[in-house]
Amino acid sequence: MNGNVSRASFTQNRLSWMIGGPQGSGINVSAEVFAKACLRFGLNVFANIEYHSNIMGRHSFFRVRISENEIHSHVEPVDLLLALDRETIFGDVDAPFQTHNGHIHRISPGGGLIVDSELDIDPEELGRDDIHIYSLPYEQVLREGVARAGVQFQARRHDIMRNMVSVAASFALVGLDTEPIIAILRERLGERRASLVDLNASVIEVTHGYMHSLLEEPFGPTLTPAPADGRPHRALVRGAEAVALGKLHAGCSFQTYYPIAPATEESVFLERIQSEFPIVVLQAEDEIACINQAVGAAFGGARAATSTAGPGFALMLEGLGLAAITETPGPVVCLYQRGGPSTGLPTRGGQTDLSLALQPGHGEFPHIVVAPGDLQECFDLTFEAFNWGDEYQLPVVVLLDRHLANSNWSVDGLEVDHLQVRSGPRYEPLNGNGKFERHEVTESGVSPRSVPGEPGGEFVTTSDEHTTYGKISESIENRMEQMEKRMRKLDTIAAEVPERLRYELHGDPEAEFTVVAWGSTKGSIRDALASLGRRGISANYLQIRMLRPFPAEGVTRVLSEAKNLILVEDNFTGQLGRLISAETGISIENRVLKYDGRPFSQTEVEHGVERHIAGGVGRLVLSHP
Amino acid sequence: MPVAQVEKLTARSFASDIQPDWCPGCGDFGIINAVRQALAELQIPPHMVAIVSGIGCSGKAPHYITTYGFHTLHGRALPVATGLKLANGEVTVLAMGGDGDGYGIGAGYFVNTGRRNLDITYIVFNNGVYGLTKGQASPTQIKGQQTKSMAEPAIQDAINPIGLALSAGYTFVARAYAMDPRGLAKILVEAISHRGTAYIDVLQPCPVYNDINTMEWFSGRDRDPRVPRVYDVASEGHEPKVQDPGDAEEIVAKKQKALQFSFAWGDRIPIGTFFQLEQPAYDDIMFSRWPEETDTTTSMYKRATPGQDISAVVDRLR
Repeated sequence: MNGNVSRASFTQNRLSWMIGGPQGSGINVSAEVFAKACLRFGLNVFANIEYHSNIMGRHSFFRVRISENEIHSHVEPVDLLLALDRETIFGDVDAPFQTHNGHIHRISPGGGLIVDSELDIDPEELGRDDIHIYSLPYEQVLREGVARAGVQFQARRHDIMRNMVSVAASFALVGLDTEPIIAILRERLGERRASLVDLNASVIEVTHGYMHSLLEEPFGPTLTPAPADGRPHRALVRGAEAVALGKLHAGCSFQTYYPIAPATEESVFLERIQSEFPIVVLQAEDEIACINQAVGAAFGGARAATSTAGPGFALMLEGLGLAAITETPGPVVCLYQRGGPSTGLPTRGGQTDLSLALQPGHGEFPHIVVAPGDLQECFDLTFEAFNWGDEYQLPVVVLLDRHLANSNWSVDGLEVDHLQVRSGPRYEPLNGNGKFERHEVTESGVSPRSVPGEPGGEFVTTSDEHTTYGKISESIENRMEQMEKRMRKLDTIAAEVPERLRYELHGDPEAEFTVVAWGSTKGSIRDALASLGRRGISANYLQIRMLRPFPAEGVTRVLSEAKNLILVEDNFTGQLGRLISAETGISIENRVLKYDGRPFSQTEVEHGVERHIAGGVGRLVLSHP
Repeated sequence: MPVAQVEKLTARSFASDIQPDWCPGCGDFGIINAVRQALAELQIPPHMVAIVSGIGCSGKAPHYITTYGFHTLHGRALPVATGLKLANGEVTVLAMGGDGDGYGIGAGYFVNTGRRNLDITYIVFNNGVYGLTKGQASPTQIKGQQTKSMAEPAIQDAINPIGLALSAGYTFVARAYAMDPRGLAKILVEAISHRGTAYIDVLQPCPVYNDINTMEWFSGRDRDPRVPRVYDVASEGHEPKVQDPGDAEEIVAKKQKALQFSFAWGDRIPIGTFFQLEQPAYDDIMFSRWPEETDTTTSMYKRATPGQDISAVVDRLR
């Protein structure tokens, strides 16, 4: 064991854990069980994955951050790394063109590395004498665990339990007992496969014991369970799941999708539970079909939605225009941004489609764009999107991204009490037979609507410019009236949607520095500013949630009162910066940008903000080390 | 309980007060007349029907019929109709569009809608040209043929829409002729009554841009003897309906026969019902997901309740 490893640097009850290995090797299962088991001890969890666009073999890794305090992001240093292959440690050094350096350099001094002893790692080649290295004979503990359960070992059948070896070994080091791991397996596998649970339990016990035998001194970072009395029973929820649940809570009865990373997860989640809720999830032939089916369903009376990523959204544009000119209630379109352009980085992230979302199609029409920043907002804003669709009869874009979709948050639950169902004006059956003025000009811009099947509400509407009765018209006067009526909805929305929902200034309003951002960077920014605050640096954070209609007045006020502005965006051009400049005339010069396809960590935000605090450096570009 | 006297619906009940702006002699008139007749015969009240159309001359059809109508985008009538039907199953949904709309820009939806077999009816106004953009060749324009509006003879081949529909899985495949509205109305009644996606390719002249497949040509008045080119496929003993839907061999045999007829063009053009198969529609399979549901409405939007409880799902994530 390395003599000069100290454990002084660790704050108790915090851990940054990572598991890396080839895609398909089960690191997801290990990470999910590890995260969930920590959750059962009443600790907070934030977990996220990075993976290649590949089914099997390419390097992927899963980070789990644990803390007794609330956390919303990942950090760069890793306290405990589990490496299932050499690539996780050193990078793809044997590839003709090396693409990454592995993760050995991320391990914090005093931290640990668990490797399969079969990988034959020579501690010398690691170049780290400041970390603990634990060589764990995966196969040996596996064989012994299986044997103890009185079962004949078969690699083909039993290798899958390596995932639990990783979890049990980690638990041994951080000082947690393995009971919740087994409880989780029991829930996953069910009573029918109880013998499999027992087999896993045996392997877990052997692993746990083996790791303890390796410990000459306690491992640095340890975790202490929350007091059993009143320990919260938290849920581990992914962003995509929160969006799906927001849809269900809103009464969405129709969802379409075409398989695309990273949006598919949401639809598949809905598909799995669609027999429990009145919702149809339709896998369509392409994204043009998706949007038009959703528009048809909205016309047909449903709270309708579709979910896609950038490439799919690019195909949906004409459908959004159709919804806008025919004034269907919605649909709600969830756009999960990923690294573009074109196919780009299919399984990586970025905040690259704001400009596209703001002008999603030809011609001029009203629509809403909102960008959630965390799990509860994914739920809330998706829910509200359906209200707005109903109230204002226009398409609503919920702008998400890969980071939000695939990140896991520990939460007490999804809060629902503050959410209210609202709906828009419905027709009174007065006129009948084609005399219903579907696109009646009103002060708010919104006209009462009917739904097919309602007698007397019959109307025709069209993607052509049309009269109040929905008849095609190219008359100048009518055109002006209908354009103005539709565009007026933006003013109505601006007047009716509460300011606190459209943007929010987090932290001390008098702070020296103001970070301006939108969407998924929220978690890292919040954690970074809290950390800076502990070091006496005062900074607050302006989060813009509604990008269209833009809360120009309020944002102008906040920005004018702010002392120093720093823009943080996960894109090349600073798309929010451009929008702010267009809407408020205020240009933000100091920027922290990133376009490497990876999400901002707390560490990166902290670093970027500090650089600007030390002296504005203009456009600062970060990339993942 | 006294039964309210309901006024009997006639074709006129479905005629809106908007004057069509189609050209004189256009086949579209025949098609909307047939649609009105069929709806009257089926006694479906206007508010229980929704007509979804694409873009082109045919796309304007819903404006002239008093039902709910949605004049959508070029090539997208079928996806819109699909969403509408799945959201609001109580309503009879008819989709309409031209040959360019359905077989060109909308070809992907034409194929995949057949595969899905949702309970809707799709009517294609097939005249071989893109009329509204002034007569370019459509996907049904025969290779080597040049209408007066084309700069040169077509150098792409025409598709066989009936054959494509058979392969795609449509469970009701028919062809009609717009200048025989009565015959079309009869097929429409069968099509709308068919459980599953019914597809009808309607041949029609475009008197302005297609100077080859004219009314005279279809009716054989351009030749001696003056024998109409279109004829009823049933007159040749074709029995379109699969008698035993469980018999895979019979299905293939019926499709093969229908496919053979579908390639006929020129001197003798078969119309009528080519193929019919009774099997569970997408809707039927979908609703079987909720066997215990007491609310049996086929309108999904009525089943869902905004604000419904999701806590059980969250609890599963604990």
